[in-house]
Amino acid sequence: MSFPWAKEYKPQNPVMQWLDSRLPLPRFVFNAVGAGYPVPRNLNYFWNFGVLSGAALGIQIITGIILAMHFAANGAIAFDSVEHIMRDVNSGWLLRYAHANGASMFFIVVYLHIFRGLFYGSYKAPREMVWLLGLVIFLLMMATAFMGYVLPWGQMSFWGAKVITGLFGAIPLVGEPIQTWLLGGFAPDNAALNRFFSLHYLLPFVIAGVIILHIWALHIPGSSNPTGVEVKSEQDTVPFHPYYTAKDGFGLGVFLIVFAILLFFAPNYLGHPDNYIPANPMSTPAHIVPEWYFWPFYAILRAFTVDFLFIPAKLLGVIAMFASILLLFFLPWLDNSPVRSGHYRPLFRQFFWVLCVDVLILGYCGGAPAAEPFVMISQVAAAYYFAHFLIILPIISKIEKPAPLPASITEAVLAKQA
Amino acid sequence: MATLEPSAENGDISEAGVRRRDFINIAAVSFAGVGAGTILIPLVNQMNPSADVLALASIEVDISAIQAGQAIKTMWRKQPVFIRNLTPEEIAAAEKVDASSLRDPETLEQRTKEGKKNWLITKGVCTHLGCVPLGAGEGEVKGEFGGYFCPCHGSFYDTAARIRKGPAPKNLEVPEYVFKSDTVVQIG
Ligand code: HEM
Ligand code: FES
Repeated sequence: MSFPWAKEYKPQNPVMQWLDSRLPLPRFVFNAVGAGYPVPRNLNYFWNFGVLSGAALGIQIITGIILAMHFAANGAIAFDSVEHIMRDVNSGWLLRYAHANGASMFFIVVYLHIFRGLFYGSYKAPREMVWLLGLVIFLLMMATAFMGYVLPWGQMSFWGAKVITGLFGAIPLVGEPIQTWLLGGFAPDNAALNRFFSLHYLLPFVIAGVIILHIWALHIPGSSNPTGVEVKSEQDTVPFHPYYTAKDGFGLGVFLIVFAILLFFAPNYLGHPDNYIPANPMSTPAHIVPEWYFWPFYAILRAFTVDFLFIPAKLLGVIAMFASILLLFFLPWLDNSPVRSGHYRPLFRQFFWVLCVDVLILGYCGGAPAAEPFVMISQVAAAYYFAHFLIILPIISKIEKPAPLPASITEAVLAKQA
Repeated sequence: MATLEPSAENGDISEAGVRRRDFINIAAVSFAGVGAGTILIPLVNQMNPSADVLALASIEVDISAIQAGQAIKTMWRKQPVFIRNLTPEEIAAAEKVDASSLRDPETLEQRTKEGKKNWLITKGVCTHLGCVPLGAGEGEVKGEFGGYFCPCHGSFYDTAARIRKGPAPKNLEVPEYVFKSDTVVQIG
């Protein structure tokens, strides 16, 4: 499973020896994130975001469990119970703001984590399973975040729930019964609020389980690195502890500083003021938008305004939105270049940056009102997004002439120092 | 029988080469499968609307105060319903269009009750993703077709609440209703 030069766990303390021979948990930790896990010596700060994602999940679970002690999942009082947390519960405002902004921080670090994977080709063999499990985590995260946003039962909560479950209504024939089934009624109400609360509590623990699989799969080939060249010998690696525990610890400090700035100086910056209006089934806010981390996908959803070949525009938008994520599951097989890292792929690199700008444009349009010119811009940007993965990437991997790769990680590191 | 090899003498193997044990195996596993499937039914079904949600099924509304050109919003099954008293101009505008040219072809006649063409009663639920369109309340924008406008993703409905432009696939739904008298309708 690991490299042959990985250090073996040899406890000196008799208590640890006793424990190790009965339940080898310390050994497991030592081999996973301790001195027993050799890691490429050249990882840059982009490799921090996995650990930061884990930290963000931890923050969400702890703050979330506490919020659940004060929250009431009933349509008549849910909104008031959240205001009660904000005004009356000791430190309630802090915990709620930490949970709401923690979700944003979680998405920021996971998006950077995915960005790292896309640029450095981490999704390629032999790490396809790591990538696929990562996408499963991403889908679960989106479901969790969506259901969490419904809980305060404000206007955005209510209409978000209505619009997103409405997506399922687009499925031909069975769509409407499915939507009614999901909501337990004809519109979001108590039944929906309760089941969303139940699932919002459950899913983070499912995510934690999939993260264990994600890291298990990662530890079979070991981490990739910025050159994308595989580890060849012991001098290419350093033990995870203390080298990367220290580097990750530094990154965690920076993460927490950014989080604290957001939390204490702009706790409502990323939220929407309409969610401080109690849910009203009789009137839709003039401009409903989801949370910022869904904007690129929301823009793709709204990009379809005309029917095509008997398929209604509504269904097309829904298919495209789901496809934009499901597409990523095929990425390891769409990009056939044997070279992983974008550093050695001149042509790929240019289109990669175009894709990044494209996604930012989609994000901007997704947060803007559904009017021109944003609809047209979303259409072009959505088309480009799909073209990048389905057309451009396969062609690049055929025609590109990669730059010469270093013979080893160590050679690359020493060449840089010279 | 201490042997795993089936022997023909004690009838373990049929003429088709099927062991008795194969039959028991298939029967037991299928029965367990049926059992598991049966347990799944209540687990899935509990998600459907409960009896109290379904019980809110019908309401009566007094429409005597609604003047021509006005509309009210009322609530049925936790969803808004628009009751609109169309003006003669609005009726004329709806009848002028050729219904077969529409995305969801229906005439005003088909969407109202006989002799009550001015009473347009629809759900106030956009058929795109379920927002409440504007246009029923005093002073709300009615959109370029004079009926309703859904601001969520820009769907335009005409004076018969038919979809004319934007992403919504269908006309605003006409719920089941009857006129109890000239001034009272029962919805549902
Ligand atoms: C809750 C969310 C997640 C957590 C806690 C998490 C955790 C981790 C950790 C600790 C690592 C090893 C350190 C590192 O490379 O940064 C890792 C690696 C990786 N993750 Fe994630 N991850 C999450 C989500 C995702 C998602 C959404 C994706 C992609 C869609 C993804 C793709 C990868 C890949 C490809 C690697 C291998 C990177 C390499 O070695 O080059 N992860 N993950
Ligand atoms: S919900 Fe009305 S246009 Fe989308």
